[in-house]
Amino acid sequence: MHLADPIYQAICRRTFLHRGGVSLGTAALWSMLADDRAASGAVLGSESRGVVQPLHHPPRAKRVIFLCQAGGPSHLETFDYKPKLAAMDGQPMPESFTQGQPIAQLQNNELRCLAPQRSFKKYGGSGQSISDVFPHLSKVADELCIVRSAQTNQINHDPAHTFMNTGTQISGRPSMGSWLTYGLGSESDNLPGFVVMTSVGGGQSQPIAARQWHSGFLPSRYQGVQFRAAGDPVLYVSRPQGVSADAQLDVLSTVTGLNRLRETSTGDPEIATRIAQYELAFRMQRSVPELMDISDEPAHILDLYGTPGADGSFAANCLLARRMAERGVRFIHLYHRGWDHHGAVKDGVAKTASLVDQGTAALLTDLKQRDMLKDTLVIWSGEFGRTPMAQGNGRDHHIKGFSLWMAGGGIRGGMSWGATDELGYHAVENVFHVHDLHATMLHLLGIDHQRLTYRFQGRDFRLTDVHGEVVKPLLA
Amino acid sequence: MYDVGNSFSAHLIKLNHTLVMKHTPFCSFGLETSSRARVRLALVLLLSFAALPAMAAESETLIDYQRQIKPLLARHCYACHGPDREGQDNDLRLDRREDAIAFAILPGDPDSSSLLERIETEDEDLRMPPPDTKKPGLNSEEIALLRTWISQDAPFEEHWAHRPPRRVPPASEVRPWSRGPVDHFIVGTQQREGLAPAKTADRRTLIRRLSLDLIGLPPTEEEVAAFLQDQSPGAYQRVVDRLLASPHFGERMAIYWLDLVRYADTGGYHGDNDRNHAPFRDYVVEAFNENLSYDRFMREQLAGDLLPNATRRQKIASGFNRLNMTTREGGAQPKEYMAIYAADRVRNTGSIFLGLTLGCCQCHDHKFDPYTMRDFYSMAAFFADVKETLVGIQKPITLLDQQQTQRVHDLNEVIDAAKTVLAGESELWDREQAAWEKTEKPTTDMGWQQPADILISSDAKTEFEKMQDGSMLALGERSANDTYRIDLPIPKQGLSAFELELLPHASLPRQGPGRAGNGNFVLSEFELWQGDTSLPISAAVASHSQGGWEIEKSIDGDVHTGWAIRPKIGQRLTAYFELAEPLVAGQQGNVQVRLRQLYGSGYVIGRLKLRTTAAAQPLDVLRPRLPYKAVYDVLAKNASQRSVEDAQLVRDHFRRIAPETEAVRKVIQDAAKEKKYIEDAARKVLVTMAAEPRVVRILARGDWQDETGEVVEPAVPESLGSIQATDGGRPGRLDLARWLADPENPLTARVFVNRLWKLMFGRGLVHSLGDFGSQGLPPTHPELLDFLARDFIDSDWDIKQLLRQIVTSSAYRQSSDTTEAQLAEDPENLWLARQGRFRLDAEVVRDNALALSGLLVPAIGGESVRPYQPEGYLAHLNFPPRTYKHDKGENQYRRGLYTFWQRTFLHPAMALFDAPSREECTVERPQSNTPLQALLLLNDPSYVEAARALAVRILQEGGRDDKARLDYLFQRALARNIESAERELLSALLAKHRDYYRQHPEQAEAMGQNGMHQSPAGLDRVELAAWTNAARTVLNLHETITRN
Repeated sequence: MHLADPIYQAICRRTFLHRGGVSLGTAALWSMLADDRAASGAVLGSESRGVVQPLHHPPRAKRVIFLCQAGGPSHLETFDYKPKLAAMDGQPMPESFTQGQPIAQLQNNELRCLAPQRSFKKYGGSGQSISDVFPHLSKVADELCIVRSAQTNQINHDPAHTFMNTGTQISGRPSMGSWLTYGLGSESDNLPGFVVMTSVGGGQSQPIAARQWHSGFLPSRYQGVQFRAAGDPVLYVSRPQGVSADAQLDVLSTVTGLNRLRETSTGDPEIATRIAQYELAFRMQRSVPELMDISDEPAHILDLYGTPGADGSFAANCLLARRMAERGVRFIHLYHRGWDHHGAVKDGVAKTASLVDQGTAALLTDLKQRDMLKDTLVIWSGEFGRTPMAQGNGRDHHIKGFSLWMAGGGIRGGMSWGATDELGYHAVENVFHVHDLHATMLHLLGIDHQRLTYRFQGRDFRLTDVHGEVVKPLLA
Repeated sequence: MYDVGNSFSAHLIKLNHTLVMKHTPFCSFGLETSSRARVRLALVLLLSFAALPAMAAESETLIDYQRQIKPLLARHCYACHGPDREGQDNDLRLDRREDAIAFAILPGDPDSSSLLERIETEDEDLRMPPPDTKKPGLNSEEIALLRTWISQDAPFEEHWAHRPPRRVPPASEVRPWSRGPVDHFIVGTQQREGLAPAKTADRRTLIRRLSLDLIGLPPTEEEVAAFLQDQSPGAYQRVVDRLLASPHFGERMAIYWLDLVRYADTGGYHGDNDRNHAPFRDYVVEAFNENLSYDRFMREQLAGDLLPNATRRQKIASGFNRLNMTTREGGAQPKEYMAIYAADRVRNTGSIFLGLTLGCCQCHDHKFDPYTMRDFYSMAAFFADVKETLVGIQKPITLLDQQQTQRVHDLNEVIDAAKTVLAGESELWDREQAAWEKTEKPTTDMGWQQPADILISSDAKTEFEKMQDGSMLALGERSANDTYRIDLPIPKQGLSAFELELLPHASLPRQGPGRAGNGNFVLSEFELWQGDTSLPISAAVASHSQGGWEIEKSIDGDVHTGWAIRPKIGQRLTAYFELAEPLVAGQQGNVQVRLRQLYGSGYVIGRLKLRTTAAAQPLDVLRPRLPYKAVYDVLAKNASQRSVEDAQLVRDHFRRIAPETEAVRKVIQDAAKEKKYIEDAARKVLVTMAAEPRVVRILARGDWQDETGEVVEPAVPESLGSIQATDGGRPGRLDLARWLADPENPLTARVFVNRLWKLMFGRGLVHSLGDFGSQGLPPTHPELLDFLARDFIDSDWDIKQLLRQIVTSSAYRQSSDTTEAQLAEDPENLWLARQGRFRLDAEVVRDNALALSGLLVPAIGGESVRPYQPEGYLAHLNFPPRTYKHDKGENQYRRGLYTFWQRTFLHPAMALFDAPSREECTVERPQSNTPLQALLLLNDPSYVEAARALAVRILQEGGRDDKARLDYLFQRALARNIESAERELLSALLAKHRDYYRQHPEQAEAMGQNGMHQSPAGLDRVELAAWTNAARTVLNLHETITRN
């Protein structure tokens, strides 16, 4: 756009000059008209920081990549080897384990043990016990802190995801990504602070509701924004047919010019925010496609992740997650929907693992080689685990003990934490509840989970409700 | 006397704190001897009679306990010293005066009140609140307030919202500004705050404001012009009356009410499957349009089904109780969801009608307000009679209109008559039946034989008991997998097929016939061996197969597949297996049947019986007859052996299949078909139907698995009163509705009035619309709130009258423009010295654009509609996967209110503008301002199409040149004149884009592809494209989506 452009001239004449030179509006429009990368947080500055000012303690991580393994991966075929369970294959599950426990699809069924279906080995200098379904991940075993004593409260997929994300099964509470962006703000000026991507494959694709990345009672701007592999990467980010990039910019500039006039005549402070949001929208129309276009990634990186390009696979999403991390996205939430192995758990786990293994390992490797793993917390977890009891040749949902791991961002790599009992049913050693995961995660980001609160309907709410302990031994 | 200053006592307190009760602040007060407390109490009473009035008189203004003190105590202290006693091992309660003055407060004497001592002390071990609670300490202002309040005798008034509203005369009247009681109260408060009302908004602003507020649509140019010209008295009132009488009034009110009651078109959990609620939505629209009184509106929703001679509409209204989220997820436990649904109804009923936050009480007594767990579960008991599916499909009723009802009635009569004929006496048919039986008879007896010398063994060493009927019952420990081997001599007549019967037995799980926990089994393979030779099986049929586990899978050679029988558990089943090469008569030797059962763990057969035949290709005969096996079993008997039931069975069967009865059967079929057609096409709706009330217990810590809690009967929260059922029996939903509408109920009217005020000003008189408890904010204008509430009750809950009273006030008519000074004086507009200004609701953002463009189809009601939506938006749904097809016809252009409300993935045009998913009662939507909203308005085909249609109107109706057309655009879109600076900006845009599209005619053409609307053929495409961008610009303005 040239200075001689009639729209530009009209806007200058009518909106800034009589306001006396460079105002907030001028800066906003300038950055829109000129280089969008040069736009600092000037306009959104007050909003680009979070409410935790200053941080409660020095942070160890700046961002989180949460690799949600949706459906509930079997801990017994991945990270938690139980020889005793093998010995009891086919025998009745002792009632002492299951008496009074919530049960999902195995309700009213006779409960029998199902032996671990995969073989396990020790990997890395630390000797982490991992099954044969993760040939890539096992190579970076020394980065992982494997927790084998995780517990949650909800036994069905939908409520369990809600619990994992919000710390309660009641709808309407903010998800952890929203809490984090609320607390810390976004580091990016032209991307949302909280991004969600999904992939499928390897097993039954359980539904995932948008409530999983909802901001609940927090302001909507902290809501997760879904980036999509097909169609518009962000809803409505593409211009209409018949509208060129320049024409779109003209419309935006004129909207801003008219809004600015209105601001003067009504004194409505909300208009300044509206102008800033149009500016960010405009930048997103460039920054989002640029982020999603991975054609600038060299071949060896694509090979590392094992993806030919942005094809909607988990591997491609891992690569995109790294690109988002580089661009300052605060909370990157990848879902892989494919772990619900009620039947054929032996082949099913291997199949789903084969779809996430390489991308996951590549993400850790790639972050490390860019010196970003040290301040990026990577979490790998399902919404729950699976029963030691057979459901045919599969396993049912299980919440009393399952496995997850964390890496990077202030986490001690190469360690294991907690244990389930000899049959892999109850977490019995160093129980690590979802609330503890949340508390520990917030701690790593410089936040005291008891002090990040939001007042709603007369109560101060927290991600950890009235629970949660920071598990210090996991920290580097 | 009160010796907190005493070092010994302080020492004791400290010791106690550090050694014993780490988490119990204020527990030290428990150290006081009870006798000392009694002495002190006596002193307090003396003081309150003598000294205090004098102190109060001389001191500054009286502290308002409710507004100034209670919230402060609640925030800082109630967590440990509030109404919730669970887990508190201290005796101090600061929510009740008798407890507070027994321990911590000496009324009239702040210096002797340990409350202040403990708050102000420098000693970290003693200071309240203790650091481990992470509660912020009190600041000096707060402490000063407490001090003054205690010096004023520490009065504890009842919470304002728990006192019935009462009329008090307004403080002042300022004429001519003040038009009525509403204004009197407001101007009085403004004077107190040193403010003056804003100027009245101009008429253009007023009519746009009224239209958007009362019907959710912008005024037409004609309506604006008529209002501007009407200088006669009452012009404003006439606009108000017109809008209140508009059929769109109900739509606008419904947008808000549906948020409260959490109306949606899907279940919300897991697969988020469709449910049938649209007729309920239409009921809400109608109810507001007809100005149904609010008490009746509540009653019909809560208990329409229980009203005497409930009308169809009242039953539809009762669908209110079915609006909660529901699940169909496999493996969900019914009891858990019973608890979830019950809790949902308590939380939401509390929020919708009473502004209460009862949710806390599911697990513990309320921390701040006088509500208990018992209250929570007693409230739940009101709804214990609501019939519903706990896990699974919620079944709707079919709504037929009068004509349809009559037709279905007639059809039923036809069907009944024809059935009577079909089942009746007929010599002719009996003769035909006898002839038919003769033709069937020879093939009914295939000579099935039970082998005599049978030997059964099992690879897993299962033992069998041979039963009297020749069947074999598996005994003892069940194996994970097994193969049963049945050896038998080759029958003399030869062998062409096996009949395998699976039989129920009391010893088997769920009666069997399988031994798996659910009574099922999986027959992986049926094999036949002669020595080392496998004899191939060519065909198999079964009386029933489970989906995906067909009988053929037991002879496919693949042990990973098999035959299973769910859901026919506990029943007799039969399967037949035919040899590819029959063994001819006279062969010697044995064969072995192997029943391989290798699936999962424990899916083995419990009881079986084997028979053989030598008939040639028996399956050809059996296959078509297998569904009627019972009939053919009877035919195989001699006439003398048949029972009466047997004879009936055969006769019924014959008459179902005989060509001679076809004419009668066709009458039945046709009538049934028409009936089904009528019912399928009719609307469905979920309504409430009462059943025997379920037992409701108090669930300790909300744990649904705990069945030891006390059983409770329906009751309202004890602190709010009690309900007696009209008939003296168990109170029900109808009684609850009556209690809500009791004129002395302190909450119902206030809560509703406050919410309507919010809709008309952008802010409630009580800012916390959803919390009328102690943690909510007190009203800014308590007398006004009470006046309106009392007036509302006295008007028999007349909603339109209430709104009329609000919108005809001078306060409502004020300008919303703000100056810096105003913003500085009253940033939140607490004192209403100007009107509010807020973004339109998501639905109205859409409705406004559609109305301006002329695309809006203003039809009222009907099934929900599907506007354009980005492809793949529902990709995360499953069971079943969903594909979204946007509506093609008029339904594409319906109001936003009718959008199909998919809870888990609400349409982005709704969700991005803050419409809630309606999983919970939403009393107030957030007002966000995000880049995604900008992208939506800029790029969503709905808005581009609306801009295109608006451009067409501009070109067709807006005059001949740019000047006239820009005038028209602003008049139409914003109900005001365009200013010259604005004209200049838009003219520049038009000039540039004319050039651009002239050079790129293909782009101008492409512009027409946004949306289905066809632009008229004669219009210049370049001009249209340029004006489309001008119209897009205006539809994107902050002003366009703002109600001023």
